[in-house]
Amino acid sequence: MQAFEYANPTTKEEAVRLLANQWGEAEILAGGTDSLSLMKDHVSTPRRVVSLQAIKELRGIEFKPATGLRLGAMATLSELIESAAVRREYPALVEAAEGVRSPQILNMGTVGGDLCQRPRCWYFRAGYGLLARDDGKALVPEGENQYHAILGNSGPAYFVNPSSLAPALIALGAKVRVFGPQGTREVGLDKFFLTPASDDQRECDLKANEILTDILVPPAKGTKMAIYEVRQREALDYPLAAAAVVLRLDGKTVKSARVVLGHVAPVPWPAPEAEAVLVGKTISEAVADEAGKAAVSKATPLSKNAYKVQLARVAVKRAILRAAQGGA
Amino acid sequence: MSWKKDKVRKPAKPNEALTRRDFLQGAGVAVSGGLLVGREPAIAASPDEKAKVLGPEAVPITLRINGKAQKLTLEPRVTLLDALRNHLDMTGAKKMCDRGTCGACTVILDGKAVYACSVLAIAAQGKEILTIEGLAAGGKLHPVMTAFVEHDAHQCGFCTPGFVMASKAFLDKNPNPLQQDVEEGLGGNLCRCGVYVGVRQAALDAAKARLGEKGGKAHGKV
Repeated sequence: MQAFEYANPTTKEEAVRLLANQWGEAEILAGGTDSLSLMKDHVSTPRRVVSLQAIKELRGIEFKPATGLRLGAMATLSELIESAAVRREYPALVEAAEGVRSPQILNMGTVGGDLCQRPRCWYFRAGYGLLARDDGKALVPEGENQYHAILGNSGPAYFVNPSSLAPALIALGAKVRVFGPQGTREVGLDKFFLTPASDDQRECDLKANEILTDILVPPAKGTKMAIYEVRQREALDYPLAAAAVVLRLDGKTVKSARVVLGHVAPVPWPAPEAEAVLVGKTISEAVADEAGKAAVSKATPLSKNAYKVQLARVAVKRAILRAAQGGA
Repeated sequence: MSWKKDKVRKPAKPNEALTRRDFLQGAGVAVSGGLLVGREPAIAASPDEKAKVLGPEAVPITLRINGKAQKLTLEPRVTLLDALRNHLDMTGAKKMCDRGTCGACTVILDGKAVYACSVLAIAAQGKEILTIEGLAAGGKLHPVMTAFVEHDAHQCGFCTPGFVMASKAFLDKNPNPLQQDVEEGLGGNLCRCGVYVGVRQAALDAAKARLGEKGGKAHGKV
């Protein structure tokens, strides 16, 4: 790890003043579960680390029936899982966080950190940059791309968004609050994630001197929701494919549906094709299967990851069936 | 690889960093950021901001470990794990992956299991840190330790301190767990010898022993 100076501000205004106006100079420390690893591997070499751990207003989880849920960006994943209101009103968020499994990571990792964590792409982690290039040549298309994107992968980005919570939060219609030198702005979480076109860009709509402060989730009363993740190991592993589904039913008929895939594209991937299959139908295994098929109908797998198309299709199908059976 | 060419800057030797800073401060010269390095101006450096920034040279740090205050002088980049092992000679927490993945460095911070490799020592100030060294107070084994011995819950032993700490934190929160709870609750630790069955039995037994002491009724065995 390269030596850095350390700041531990107690207000968000102070934190923003301590950050740099260009990427790479200063890094934010939230839970530290991944950011310290990136620094140890010299993928991230900031001269200053700004911890958000002492900023009280970034913590907390509050639910109000009229307005919904506010998650402080620095609320830990354990706090999310243990929140009675979240368990009752947004069970899919609890399932998504529980998929992380390791109690140590749940205790340290934050909601904001989950959303802003850097990709797991092994070329990026080995020092080839966010777009995994060596002397201008893209390494992923002909390389070890078994864990890379199957959708939104026309380049130059091929990594997958690693967030556990984002698919479910987007399916629930969440937005985020971002604080910077110009004050607070709100962004729909579906617009927050970006596919970078160059190594200097980031994977989300944050400037180098902005911080994520809150995640706001509208009330979900009357919906049914579930997620389904496919992973190789039961613990200490990222999913290969995931799906989040939120259904509004009218009797047994689907009135509206949100289907969002995770770990299949550089951003969490909404699947309107699947939603179109579901609306107006009664959920059955055949309907869920058809929706899964529609969700991946535009997939363009790389040389070694065609298997992920099937995993994503099944993840959508099973998330739909689970949502229809239970949910909130 | 691109980082070999331009991204990795050699970490400055601590005394070099100190010297440069001391020189600039001591000389009292109003040096514009641009004169230092090309990268300088991007970071705010107004005096009130600077006052709150520590390092990169070693700074005084106080950690409360196993009930005792320990005063150290560490660079902000030093992890809690390295502080324990390299600066306090407490080598119970093991450095294995050093990337928050294996659990061998697990310690308990304010009652919660964490990876010591993924916490900066400077950020652990003001928190109660419990390490494996503090678990057998006065030479008497903690019930979790006794259960590990009884169930042969180790082979090479390298993951054992981390598993013991993770088990203690888990049982403090889940005093009467089912088998499945144990499997999930210890999901943050790896053992390459494969002693998971022994570890899980040990955790269940430790819970039973504790409940027995308190007159409670434990869930069935494995």
